[in-house]
Amino acid sequence: MTKLEFFNELQARLSGLPKAEADERFSFYDEMIDDRIEDGLSEEEAVAEVGTPEEIANQILSEIPLSALVKEKVKKNRALRGWEIVLLILGFPLWFPLLIAALAVILSIYVSIWAVVISLYAVDLALALSVVALVVGMFIYLFQSNIGGALMSLGAGILSAGLAILLFIGCVALSKGIISLTKKSLLGIKSWFVRKED
Amino acid sequence: MDIQLKRGLLDVCVLAAIKSEDSYGYKIIKDMKPYLELSESTLYTILKRLEMASLLVTRTAEHGGRLRKYYHITPQGLARIEEFREDWKEIQSIYQFITREEHGNDEA
Repeated sequence: MTKLEFFNELQARLSGLPKAEADERFSFYDEMIDDRIEDGLSEEEAVAEVGTPEEIANQILSEIPLSALVKEKVKKNRALRGWEIVLLILGFPLWFPLLIAALAVILSIYVSIWAVVISLYAVDLALALSVVALVVGMFIYLFQSNIGGALMSLGAGILSAGLAILLFIGCVALSKGIISLTKKSLLGIKSWFVRKED
Repeated sequence: MDIQLKRGLLDVCVLAAIKSEDSYGYKIIKDMKPYLELSESTLYTILKRLEMASLLVTRTAEHGGRLRKYYHITPQGLARIEEFREDWKEIQSIYQFITREEHGNDEA
């Protein structure tokens, strides 16, 4: 990839970035590539060492708060025509509740996903508590010389313990999955804001 | 490595790289290379953070027909390195405590 191609792609991925921010970052990478060429590397090699535009764009996006990107987007679209403003104001009773409703739906879906996870943890806790109860029960049976009852409690306790451990591993994996999915979605939303509109 | 710990360490590393003389991006990366690999985007973030905290100042100078940004450490930056040396003594004694605990368990 040549330097020009590199910057074209980076530019396309980050076109919604605030101008000053983008310029500063671009000149940083420009200098980095030039210094490598001066050091004896070919243009292609120098660009490759700095990293792919995709990696760089993703890292930059993850560092910039979403609010800054939205603000930049709004600023760019400020040149609204008169009738657009009129429509926007007249339509306010319609679009505003719809917007709020859409946000509420997204939020509630997200909350309910976590609610499922939390309830799974609760089930796991209940299983763990049942292990304790069954062990206590086993000793009570033993004191009553009820070997059958004690064995049954022991068996049930081991079963509960096994289920609790398996469920816990599952819950942790699920939580981690949801967290990384959340991060990815956020990155997706951010890149949607900065992508060049065709 | 713990992300907070690593961030603090990298900050001091970059300050150390510009301690004796002003340096520029690629030179910082090259100087650090034998010790640790640092990506450009990570370095950018660190330099920006250090500049915001007034631990370094930047100046742009011409070099071979193009512009290059140089980083200069401030007295606060030097103080930060000293601070790290003090912190490090503490970390070492914590490390000793942690490893002593391990040996204790081995013997038991």
